[in-house]
Amino acid sequence: MVEMRKIVKEFPGILANDQVSFDVNSGEIHALLGENGAGKSTLMSVLTGLYRPDGGDIYIEGKKTDFLSPKDAVNCGIGMVHQHFKLVQPFTVAENVMLSIKGLKQIYNLNEIEQQIIKQSEAFGLSIDPKAKIWQLSVGEQQRVEIIKLLLLGAKVLILDEPTAVLTPQEANALFKTLLKMVKNGKSVILISHKMNEVLENTDRITVLRDGKSIGTVDTKTTNEKELAKMMVGRNINGQSEKKSYRKKEKIFSLDNASALGDSGLLKLKNISIDIYDGEILGVAGVDGNGQKELAEAVAGLRSLKTGGISFYGKDCTKSGRKKRINLGISYVPEDRMTTGLAPDLNAYENMALINYRKYRGFFIRWDKVRNDTDRLIQKFDVRLASKSNPVKMMSGGNIQKLLLAREIDSDPKLIIAVYPMRGLDIGATDYVKRLLIEQSEKGKAVLLISEDLEDLLSMTDRIIVMHGGEIMGVVNPSETSREEIGLMMAGKRKVDLREA
Amino acid sequence: MKHKQLGSWEIKKTNTSSALKKFGISVTSIVLGLLFAGLFVLITGKDPLQLYSEIFQSSVGSIYGLSETLVEMIPLAFCSLGVSLAFRMQLWNIGAEGQFCMGAFGATYFALFFSDLPKLIMLPLMLLAGFICGGLWALIPAIPKAFWNVNETISSLLLNYVAYFWMAYLVYGPWKDPKGNNFPLTKPFPDSATIPVFGNTRISYAIFLVVIIAVAMFFLIKYSKWGYEISVSGSSRKAADYAGMSYVKNVLMVMFLSGSISGIAGMAEVSGVLHRLQQTISPGYGYTAILIALLARLNPFSILLVSFLMGGLLVGGFSLQTSGFPSSMVSMFQGSILFFVLAGEVFNNYRLVRKKA
Repeated sequence: MVEMRKIVKEFPGILANDQVSFDVNSGEIHALLGENGAGKSTLMSVLTGLYRPDGGDIYIEGKKTDFLSPKDAVNCGIGMVHQHFKLVQPFTVAENVMLSIKGLKQIYNLNEIEQQIIKQSEAFGLSIDPKAKIWQLSVGEQQRVEIIKLLLLGAKVLILDEPTAVLTPQEANALFKTLLKMVKNGKSVILISHKMNEVLENTDRITVLRDGKSIGTVDTKTTNEKELAKMMVGRNINGQSEKKSYRKKEKIFSLDNASALGDSGLLKLKNISIDIYDGEILGVAGVDGNGQKELAEAVAGLRSLKTGGISFYGKDCTKSGRKKRINLGISYVPEDRMTTGLAPDLNAYENMALINYRKYRGFFIRWDKVRNDTDRLIQKFDVRLASKSNPVKMMSGGNIQKLLLAREIDSDPKLIIAVYPMRGLDIGATDYVKRLLIEQSEKGKAVLLISEDLEDLLSMTDRIIVMHGGEIMGVVNPSETSREEIGLMMAGKRKVDLREA
Repeated sequence: MKHKQLGSWEIKKTNTSSALKKFGISVTSIVLGLLFAGLFVLITGKDPLQLYSEIFQSSVGSIYGLSETLVEMIPLAFCSLGVSLAFRMQLWNIGAEGQFCMGAFGATYFALFFSDLPKLIMLPLMLLAGFICGGLWALIPAIPKAFWNVNETISSLLLNYVAYFWMAYLVYGPWKDPKGNNFPLTKPFPDSATIPVFGNTRISYAIFLVVIIAVAMFFLIKYSKWGYEISVSGSSRKAADYAGMSYVKNVLMVMFLSGSISGIAGMAEVSGVLHRLQQTISPGYGYTAILIALLARLNPFSILLVSFLMGGLLVGGFSLQTSGFPSSMVSMFQGSILFFVLAGEVFNNYRLVRKKA
């Protein structure tokens, strides 16, 4: 169906794809597995016509093709569902689908499009209401809209970029059922992923990329997790980092019946109560967008509460802003590292002063001291920088996170709020960040860990809160729960109902 | 990071940009801008080389020309330092012209109505008045920006016209000099309200203040806590919030200070050069200042240098009229230079490379 031969793509200083060959048969699900920066996205950008390769050829159904623009790729039946959906929020499903259809007549028939959507959705089990507005839909449903869009454009090859990152386990299962139906109908699916278990369960073949090179293509049936991991990182990786048990001592932080509005003015936190003890890692599970971000910001002091209260070591600090909370020892590792946790145009030194620049007496910052501190931390936390005086926006994701964590941990906080701290990091860096957080909790610091990865939550935390729609569905103990139970709670079932049933 | 193909060349993104390369690009851009403008001179049938030599001669070719260039440099450098501070925080204060006028207005008020004060009290008072009036004028667009995120570019620009017509009203109406043959100007300032000048030139001692402000601004931006907050806020507002910096407070303070430096320029102009308020106090200093700030990449010392060059161009422009060129030629030169400098920015981040066969 699709064959890519010896694709080369070079960016300044980086060989993103080095003679990568890759092929997809019709009727198969083919996974593209690799760490971040392995070249998966570049390869798919070449296939969708976004980049032109510096070398190599693409054959579609045996014919050599040269994509000059993404439009050419679409015309050849290649479509991609991006991680960030390209949908117009206030429009209906049918209107969004209509937008993507090229060569539309001046007068269009929305009814006809709605009928087609219903037809496609029934054929592949993608239940969707064509008249619903996008903003009313869950993330999983929005993903279905993206898939239907591609199907109506006549896509024969569907590329999905990390499709399960935003889904509950149940939604992910439904997605794979749909994909299976599609390949039975002769379509091809390329699945970009770095989750080994889902790849092993749901694909026919797997191609592993590492450092821009193709390490090999294997049949899913004949491989296992260990072999794949070795292919991905080029070495054997250690098992999960386990955490020592802790003794509950002192309550550090408590949120009492707190409610807060989101950016859009809707109530995103509803009567949440949380206690965090020292030496504890408290996990927060939930599908992205269910109030976790608002929770983190409320604790950090960046979002004011509508009702309820916050106390720190028993003292009320509901009204204190971010500056006071920093002084109290509340550290925050935000989801958006590049523009929230760091000032992208400033260099590494300048960014290291972001939290503690006020500690110098008088009008001036002692940059000589900042430089010394930075050099020390960069060594200690093994941050690799091309130049400390380059803007941090030129740094790679893993190093950015290390730099940020180095600064936050060095500020000797009492409580660390970490939001998706491992997201987008490769296996090596993920491992490092996990160990770092566990180490901090062993030193008696409290950690509020918001994550979407249930494996991480189950292995690292002492308790897990599951959030849905801004509410807490329940608190579970990692040793007494299961992925399925957490998954159901993430989908909106309360723990009490689950346990009674 | 899509690469454009141009025959056997292509444009690639680079991550490094040395200071030397940046300087080279700036100089090349200015030269190209002048060459481009020269084409238009050629079309009109005049000799561009003669024109350039005339500008050069009249601006820096004589002691008198040089002194006049410095006279023009003072308001340009003040206003440019003012706007550059706001630009650092990504606040697009286009209102230096209006802040300049309001500064001149504030200073004139004391010169006209408290004319008995001794010089030692009068001048600081006028300076303070210019400072505060310019600052308050910049605060008008800053308040809606800080609290409701209203675009400051448009509001600061439009306030220029309000300030200009307010000043015009004064010099045509209540403040008009009864002995001025009906010209739109106030009566001359008393001697106590004038800044001393060097010898028999028109360069006032305000030039010291320009240099002091440039040096102070350098240290403020580079070493102070507040300068750091401005840099962080300019790079990312979210990062500023994250670090517990008050964005609202900083917007208000930066805009106030930005406007007040332009206000000082207005005070220095009426008190140091014109010795009265008149309708034509500025040939667009506040607008040229924006161009200077961008050309100088907001660096305070570069601003002094570029202000000197632009001052020279302005003086050259005045003298062009005597040799049959319209003085608005200079505006065209400025436009042409800015165009090439902005276009040249591309080469700071990209470079042309020959494609491998």
